[in-house]
Formats: sequence, structure tokens, C-alpha cells
Amino acid sequence: MTMATVELKDVTKAYGDVGVIRGIDLSIADGEFVVFVGPSGCGKSTLLRMIAGLEEISTGDILIDGTRCNDDAPRERGIAMVFQSYALYPHKTAYGNMAFGLKLSGMGKSEIDVRIHEAARILKMEELLDRRPYQLSGGQRQRVAIGRAIVRHPKVFLFDEPLSNLDAALRVSMRREIAKLHTQLGSTMIYVTHDQVEAMTLADRIVVLNGGVVQQIGTPIELYERPRNLFVAGFIGSPKMNFIEGEITAVETDHVRFSSPDTGEVTVPMLATGATQVGSRATLGFRPEHLALGGGEFGISATVRLIERLGDQSFLELETASGQLIVARVDAAHPANLGSQLTLGCDSVRLRLFDDEGLAV
Amino acid sequence: MSSVRKGRLFRASKARPLDALLLGGIVLVAVVSAFPLIWMVLSSFKTPAESMQVPPVWIPESVNFQAYGEVASVINAGRSFWNSAVIATTTTLGILITSLMAGYAFAKYRFRGRDLLFAAVIATMFLPPIVTLIPLYRLVGSIGLNASLAGVIVPNLANAFGVFLMRQFIAGVPDDLIDAARVDGASELRIVFTVVAPAVVPAIAALALFAFVYHWNTYLWPLTVLQGQVDSYPIVLSLSRLLSYNRGAMNTGLVMAGATMAVLPPLVMFLLLQRFFVDSIVSSGVKG
Repeated sequence: MTMATVELKDVTKAYGDVGVIRGIDLSIADGEFVVFVGPSGCGKSTLLRMIAGLEEISTGDILIDGTRCNDDAPRERGIAMVFQSYALYPHKTAYGNMAFGLKLSGMGKSEIDVRIHEAARILKMEELLDRRPYQLSGGQRQRVAIGRAIVRHPKVFLFDEPLSNLDAALRVSMRREIAKLHTQLGSTMIYVTHDQVEAMTLADRIVVLNGGVVQQIGTPIELYERPRNLFVAGFIGSPKMNFIEGEITAVETDHVRFSSPDTGEVTVPMLATGATQVGSRATLGFRPEHLALGGGEFGISATVRLIERLGDQSFLELETASGQLIVARVDAAHPANLGSQLTLGCDSVRLRLFDDEGLAV
Repeated sequence: MSSVRKGRLFRASKARPLDALLLGGIVLVAVVSAFPLIWMVLSSFKTPAESMQVPPVWIPESVNFQAYGEVASVINAGRSFWNSAVIATTTTLGILITSLMAGYAFAKYRFRGRDLLFAAVIATMFLPPIVTLIPLYRLVGSIGLNASLAGVIVPNLANAFGVFLMRQFIAGVPDDLIDAARVDGASELRIVFTVVAPAVVPAIAALALFAFVYHWNTYLWPLTVLQGQVDSYPIVLSLSRLLSYNRGAMNTGLVMAGATMAVLPPLVMFLLLQRFFVDSIVSSGVKG
């Protein structure tokens, strides 16, 4: 299977005066699985379509396998794309759908047949080849769409929210199949999703986008452990990170002192080399799963306002004395009731601090 | 549950007289519409005496094919049918091709002045054909196509209604399908004819039907362009020759036989495409 690198150099896209992609630099290695993630309208699908050649770029360069391909048609870029809506040709069988691109490239019938049966074997869909799209379930259609991409032996696979139209159970199983497929083929894959669980479970590296700007690029664990700003901290993790507003009271070489009415004075490790000043406003962040009843670096007293029971665990939504809402993950056996007063704490190493511009301290 | 059931029964009992009324109306419209056609077919089998009888004879005493044989002796029916087939088929194919291509461009391309251009195309639908008859005739003459079938066909190869119909249907074809074809390496022309066209089969069937029937039956334009070239006359113009022949012989049956023959191809076309039309709707409505 052919593999390739993808490089974006200061790529922008604007519709008239409205910029939707603003100066993106990105280097994707051979065989890497990169996920673009972000909220609706952040530009992730537009960026993918620009790599595919389906959307013109305004400025910058796109290089696939080291070759600048800004002006190349999609078919000249050596890419294959899987769409959210499957985009199967409704009048063709699964076989016909997979053969269409190969026929256009002038490939012989026997070679086409070999490739299609090889892809069908990988995707376990040999018995579906004679069916038309309307005779297939959602998962089967997506399998055919992936098969159509595989048979082309592309340099780069592009996935545009391929699992969004599937139900929850099918989404999980197809997600695993895509992960297995990447291991099996070892191809470069770029995957767009708004679902951060998909991003975390599939990616070698995640690119978090917001407003057409890259917020952070890193491995799933890097993004989870060391978010670069408030946006990434809030976007990665489910439920999202809790935030408490306060101010910086002291700056030491490797830690910062932060104070708020809810937490009192707490010590937070310094992870970034930001310009932090005593007296400036800051936001303390801590994840629901890192809150513990009673102990920790600080103790927040809060009242239970909502309980979401998931079976093995529960999420409690609590209101602090200053009226801020935070979420805590607790064991399902926890006897909390609506209106209960609890004291929660968090280890110092789990605390994250963001300055008044939202950047990690 | 029982209240729901009662409600349904109540509505059903109210609906029955209304259904009967509707059905009666439909039957009435069908009979009134079909009457001239049935009268035409029956009259084509009557003897000259039966045709002129007062009060009229509804059903001929025996099936008489004499009028059909006589049609062939008055006009060159085979040649006329061939001319009609060439005019209607070529024009229909032309309209389908140009409408698909223009409809695709108007529906899926973003370019400066697109909406204005589309409005201009639509505006041509509001011009009465009689207004464009003479300018078009002069134009056809200036390119040397007068008195030929090409002169009848060429000006009708594009049609504003067709462009409008296709644009509306193609706008409903998912962009992803077109993008998938682009990624697969299809050219824009191939996308139009192998990806978009199969997705708008009902619209193509409807347009083909309209175009074929209209251009099979069209009278004034061929009469103007062909300038008395009887060998190039389509069947509809030849029927008028039967009428003038009939004035001497007083044989309505002759005209009715010619008209019955002339109606058959569009009727077959309608029956064929109607089936295709329904099939398309059923298959696209089954799932997804």
C-alpha cells in the first residue's frame, strides 16, 4: 500500500472578506492517523476538502508526498475520501460503486476484480457486492464507502465525519474497525470529527480547531493532560473540565499560588512559561474525574443540583457557594441526594491554571 | 385506544361519501378527456356512409380498415412518420442533453451573474412562440437550413422549461455524490451523464415525454420552415393534406384513420415512460 506525507504551509481560505481557515501549518507523517476535531463551523471539514482538492485554497501551499498540489484536481492527488453521507452512487451495486473510479483510471477488468474482492475480504462484505445502496443498512453502506476508498490504493485516506449518521452502538463498532484498518493498511489517514471520543480513541495526533485557527496539535494524552488554552481544556474530556475564576497571588519558579472565594488559596504547578503576574485574573481548571470527596489540595463546598446515573458511575452537578456550577464524577454507590452538601478536593498535580487571556500557565 | 379507534371509524364513515364524490369526478373527467380519442378510433373504422349518418353512428357495424389503406394512397405515410420520428427524437435528445448540462451548471456551480442569467433563461418562457416565429425563420434561413428537417430541429435543441426543470431536480442531488465522483476521477461531463442523470430519472422521463409529444405534434414551425417540401413533412402536416383531400371526398374516416395512426407513437412513448417514471419513484422511495 502506498503511503505519503501531507504538509500544509500557511494555508488560508476566505469567502470574500470572511476568513474560514486562517494560516494553518501542519506536517503529517507517513502512515500517521491525524484527527481534525472542533465544534461545528470551526473549519475542519473545509480544511479536509482543501486537502482533497474539492475546495480551492486562498493562500499557502499543500504538499502531498512532497509535491505541491494546490492546483491539482482531486483525482491527481492520490487521495480517497469517505463522506459523512456515504455518497454511494444509488444506481450502482456495491461492486459498481467500488469499480467506478478504477474503470475511470483505465484499469483492466481482472485487476479491478482482484482489488474489489481484496477490499471486500478486508471489510468482511463479500456477500454485499451485488446489492444496491438502498438494500444496505447504514453500517453496510459505510463499509462500501470505505471499500471504494481502499480499492484505489490511495496515498492518503480522508474521512469526513464518516460515523456521524450511524447509531451509537454501530458507531463504536465501526470506530474499532477503522482503527484496525489503519493498523492493517498502515496508510496516512486524516479524519474529521466533532466527537472528541472518536478523536481520542483513533488519533496518533489530534489537531484541535476553533474559528479556523489551530488551537493545539498533540497526542490525545498531551491534549488531555496539558491543554494549551481554555478552549482545548474545555473541548477535550467528557464531561468538560470545571473552571473556577480567581486571581494569582504569588508566582514561584515552578508553581503559582491562586486564590478564589470557592477554593481559598491553592498551589498549582507551572507547566508553561507564560508571563504571569501577581494580582492578574486567572482561571483554575480541574476535571470531574479528578475530584475526590473530602481531601485534596483544596476543599470546595457545594450543593448537589443534578444527578446523572450511568450505572457504574454517576455525575453530580454541584453549585458552589459563589454560584458557579461544577461537575464531579463519583462511584455509583455514592449516596448523594439532591440538595446534599459535599466537600470536594483535587490533587495539586491535577490542577491546571489559565491566565487572563486563556493561555495555560 | 378505543377513543382512537372510534375516531378513525368516524372519520372513515365521513370519508366514504367524499371518496365516492371524488371518484365520480375523476371518472367524469376521464370520460370527457377520453371521448374525442375514442370517437376518433371508432370513426376510423366506419364506412364513408356511416361517417356521414345523422344521427351519428356510435359503433360501426363492422370493423372496416378501408380508411387506413386509403391514407397510404393519399400521403406517403411511411415517409411522414419517419420525418416525425426524426424531428421528435432528435429534438427530445437535444433538449435532454442541453437541459441536463445547463441545469447542472445552474444548480451546482457558483459563478458571477448566475442568478441573473438563469432569470434571463426563464424569461424566454414568457415569449409567445408566434413572436419569435419570423425572427427565428430569418435566422434559420441565414444559416441555410430553410426547407430542411435540420431547420425544424436545430432551433429547438435547447429549451428554457427543460433547463428550469433540470435545475430544480439537480439542486436536490447531494453535493457529496458529485464530490465523490470528482475524487473518483470523473470529468464534469461524465458526472452529468453517469452520476447526476441517473439520480434525476423521473425528471428526465417527464421532460422526455413533454418534449417528444410537443415536437411530434408541433405544426406551425415545420409548416413555416419546410416551405411546402412535402417529402419533409412530419405526419401532423401530412394530416392537413388528408383534410384538404377529404373536402372533395367527404370522408371523415380517412382523417380519423390518419389521426389514429399519428397518435400511436406518442401514446406508446407515454405508456413506456409512465412505467419508467413510476419505477423510479418506487425505487428511490423504498429506503434511504
